[in-house]
Formats: sequence, C-alpha cells, structure tokens
Amino acid sequence: MTTRERDPATTGARRPGDGPGPDRGHSLAYWAVSDCWNITRRTLTHYQRQPVAIVWQLGFPILSLLLYGYVFGSAMLVPGGGGYREFLMPGMFAMTMAMGFMSTAVAVVTDASKGVVDRFRSMPMAPSAFASGRGAADLVVAAAELTILAVTALLIGWRADGGVLGALGAFGLLLLLRFSLIWVGVWLGMLVPTPEAAGGLYAVAFPLTMISSTFVSPSLMPDWLGFVAAWNPISSTATATRELFGNPVAGDGTWVEEHALLMAVVWPLVITLVFLPLAVRRFQGLSR
Amino acid sequence: MSVSVSASGYAVLAEGVVKRYKEKGQKGKQGGDGGKRALDGFDLAVRPGTVHGLLGPNGAGKTTAVRVLATLLRYEAGRAEVAGLDVAREPRRVRSRIGLTGQYAAVDEGLTGRQNLEMFGRLFHLGNRRARQRAGELLDRFDLTEAADRAATEYSGGMRRRLDLASSMILQPDVLFLDEPTTGLDPRGRGEVWEAVRALVAGGTTVLLTTQYLEEADRLASHITVIDRGRAIADDTPDALKNRVGGDRIEVVAADPGDLDAVVKTVDRVAGGGLVVTDTPARRVHAQVADRVAALTEVARSLQDDGIAVEDIGLRRPSLDDVFLRLTGHGTENHDAPEVAA
Repeated sequence: MTTRERDPATTGARRPGDGPGPDRGHSLAYWAVSDCWNITRRTLTHYQRQPVAIVWQLGFPILSLLLYGYVFGSAMLVPGGGGYREFLMPGMFAMTMAMGFMSTAVAVVTDASKGVVDRFRSMPMAPSAFASGRGAADLVVAAAELTILAVTALLIGWRADGGVLGALGAFGLLLLLRFSLIWVGVWLGMLVPTPEAAGGLYAVAFPLTMISSTFVSPSLMPDWLGFVAAWNPISSTATATRELFGNPVAGDGTWVEEHALLMAVVWPLVITLVFLPLAVRRFQGLSR
Repeated sequence: MSVSVSASGYAVLAEGVVKRYKEKGQKGKQGGDGGKRALDGFDLAVRPGTVHGLLGPNGAGKTTAVRVLATLLRYEAGRAEVAGLDVAREPRRVRSRIGLTGQYAAVDEGLTGRQNLEMFGRLFHLGNRRARQRAGELLDRFDLTEAADRAATEYSGGMRRRLDLASSMILQPDVLFLDEPTTGLDPRGRGEVWEAVRALVAGGTTVLLTTQYLEEADRLASHITVIDRGRAIADDTPDALKNRVGGDRIEVVAADPGDLDAVVKTVDRVAGGGLVVTDTPARRVHAQVADRVAALTEVARSLQDDGIAVEDIGLRRPSLDDVFLRLTGHGTENHDAPEVAA
C-alpha cells in the first residue's frame, strides 16, 4: 500500500498558509518510531492517571498465588520433589503473561468501537504505530506486573536460586511470551465487536491457561489432558523459567518438558509468525 | 488560509463511486459481482468554504461515502478527490488535509481534554511545543479551558463532542467530515456543535456534514445532497428542496381503526388529487394541501358530519420523511441494507 503513496515531503512543498506539513522533512522511518512512542506514551499516561488499574489487573494472579499457595498448597505434591510454592510462582508468572493478551484485546476493541482507531487511520501518522505503540506499552506494563508479582512472591517466601543471569533470562522468556501474545490480542481486539464481547474471551482464556503445568504437573492429569497440558506454550515458559530460577520442575519426563528452554523460545516465535501477519491483515482489512 | 481545490474548483468531488460490502457468508470475496452496493455510482461536488449537507435514511450510504472520502475505505470504481488530491492514489497526503468526526466522539476517555489534544497534535506531527500551543488555542476556542485538565470521562456529551471537533481541527483542515455530529446530543449540546461548525466555516474550512435531521442541514448547510441506496438522488439548496417537497400537510389520526378508509376518502377529496399517505398501525393519514386553513376546516367539518371520531387533527411542515417520500417513494424507515461499519 505504501508503495502507491508518494512521500509528501519529496513530491512538492506545501503552499504558504497551509498550516504545518505532515512530515516536517523527516523520513517515514523517523515517524514510525516517533508515532509509536506517542501511542506508547498515551497508554502509559492511562496508568499514570489511574495507577490502581495495574493493581486490579494483578488482583487475580495475586489472589491465585495466595489461594493455591496456602489453601491447596499443603495438599499439592510436585512429582520431581521440592516445595509447591517454589513450583507455583514461576507458573503464576507465566500465566499472568499469558492472560495479558486479554488486556491488549480489550484496549484495542475499546479504541475500535469508540472510533479512536478510525481517527488514527484518518490522520497522517504511520500506519504501524497503532499496533507497535500498543505492543510497546503492553511490554512496559508487563514488566511492571512481573516486578510486583515477584516482590509479592518474595514476601511470602519464594526464593530463586538460579543466580542473577538465570533470573534475568527467566524474566526475558516471560516477556517474550507476553510479546508474542500481543499480536493475538490485537487480532482478537479487531475481530470482536464490543468490549463486552472481549470480556467473554476470559471463558476461553482461563481454561487454556489452566490446562498447563502452571498449577500441577501434566503427568498427574489423565493422559490426553496431560498431553495437551505438556504441549501448551505456557507450560514451556513455566518449566523453562522454573529451571532458570532454580525452582522445582514438574519432572514428567516428556520430550517437550526436557526441551523447555528451547520450546519457550520456539512457541512465542511461532505464535508471532502466525498472529502478527493476521493482525496486520485484519488492520489493513478494515479499509476494504 | 488558502483553500485547496481540484482543477474542477471543488473541495470534494466524487464521480460514479462504487463501493460494495461483504454479505454474510461471502467471506473474503471482495470486488466481485457479489455484495450489495453501499455506494452505487455516487456523485458529489462540494464548493470550497461551504457547509454541504449529505442527507439520507439509515443505510442509504452516508457513512460509507464519508469513510471513502476520508481514506478509511477503498472504493472499487469511480473517482474521488479531496482538497484537489486523488483519494485512492494519495491517501497520506489527503490525511494531512482533512479532519474527521465520526458518529462516536473519538476521544480518549482515559486522558484529560488537554492530553487528548496534545497527543493528537503530536500524532499530526506538530512537535511537542507546537502541539501544546495548539491544544491551548483549541481548548480556548471550543470553550473547554476550564475543563481542560479533567478526564474526558467526566465531560458531558456536548463537551465530548466539542473536544472531538477540536481534535479534528488540529491541522486547520481544508476539508472537515462530520458524520452525524449531533446524534444523541440534547438540544443544548446540538446548539454548541452548530456554533462550533459555523465558526470553522468562517475560518475557511469546507465542511461535509451528514445528518438525518433536515433541520440541522437547514440551519448549517448552503447546499444539500440527498442520498438513497448509494446514489445521490437530489442536489440543491435547502429552500429549493423544501419547495420541491411542497407546502404544508394535513394529518388526521382516526380514533377507530375501522374508520381509516373513510378518513382516507375525506382527506383525498380535500387534498384534491395529492398523494395520500396512510400509516395503518398508527391510524394516521396525511396529505399535502395547498390552502392549509381551508383544508383543515373542511376536513374537520366533513369528518364531524359523517360522525367519524378523530383522535388528532392538525397541520405540519414538511419533514425529512416527506422529502424522501417525494424523492424516493419510501420513507426514512431503515432499509434492509445496513451501513458499512468497518
């Protein structure tokens, strides 16, 4: 599409009195970055105005953390040995990252249904900025969420013994999972008609995050369910981060679990490769 | 400011524009023979520096026309020019010359009024300092300075609309598209928006306004295009259009549904051959009349003589409904063709 457009900055000067030009002599790449930053800034301003929103978003994982850690925790066994709470925390981190796609989807559908997306599309800003700015802001928020969760976990006795590098690698993998799911969120956000309908996605998302190694080892589930749980991308990220944090792993001996570090990179790449084009196509499809 | 026009001298020009939309179950097939035509050879010519009204019932293609001209939708055939630029070939340049205010106030409710305008200003590539300055000017102009640092969620409908309008005015656009800007507003909010639109046009902007309200077009527009089923079916000044629709109408509501035929007969006789419209569920009959007082007296006396009970009888001015009735033979009830929403 962009090949058909000529850059206004090079095809002729605007006449005097026309007001400010759309590109002020900068390249399209400059504006792609600048516009992306402005969209990012917009989302961060939302949180700055309402910091309590992050706390709400974290309500569920923190509650689950306490419920599963203390109510069920004493009855839970980790097949590979080790404390259940040590096992649970990385799973909760991965689940929180996975559920993050919901907040992306809700934000996108809210913008679309209120005409904000139309306004952006009718402006001379870079077409990529809406999605890239959304994604960048979501990653910043996800990093804040991880920090708060980790501090909470530390407060109730979770310990990471994998060293600083291991911890950094684990947080990197968690953010990589969140990154890949941004595109699922953008795509879904443009697919569903209303924010209320997007809320209904929880009914699908919640079981999908449960059927994984987040709470219990897949080896303790019925065979078919255990198979699905083991191959769930969230399980790969959970297991890989458990290894990197030096926490106990489920230890069900499947290939996918033994290659968790690899799969924690492969899965997000595959998801991105599938959903990034889908999201872009959907965005462009709005103009058809 | 200078007003950009095409070689033809129009600020907005559409010639034979065709836009089909997907029908349900016709997934992915686009531009073929299938699909209903939301725009079916649509023509429009808007003179620079004027307010041009685009009137039509729901589903007539108003919103589709605006979305095509504002570069949001691609069209399949015909030609469209805005501010002298071809919409299909140079969408990015068109976007730097237009403002768009859609059916919903497209403001970020999580931000304050000022933050909204500064954000849009930066996205219009004004730079930080100029964006701040422009936001201040617009808040002032749209009488929002007092509420500038409150969240837009706390704004009234009229204030939100004014903020929305201000956002579409950041670049002082050559052409401003207003798609049903007062739908859902109370009379006060409506008046505020009208005031703002008049001020914009005084500043040299060309406005294309879609509306379902004849009154709104009448107050603001110097020219009106009536659209129905994706085509322009009339293009004239508001006065000429009203003359075409004709003068006053007499309206009778029968007390008893069984008397409806008798009422139609009486109204038909008095109206002297004019088209008599019957709304059976509402038990209402109306027709255009030449001499309003004589017709009212005659119908009332005649019905009384025949012993027909009447719930209501009166005269009314022509409405948009009458314009459509006259021009298309059908009223403003929704067609089966929905507007293209995305």
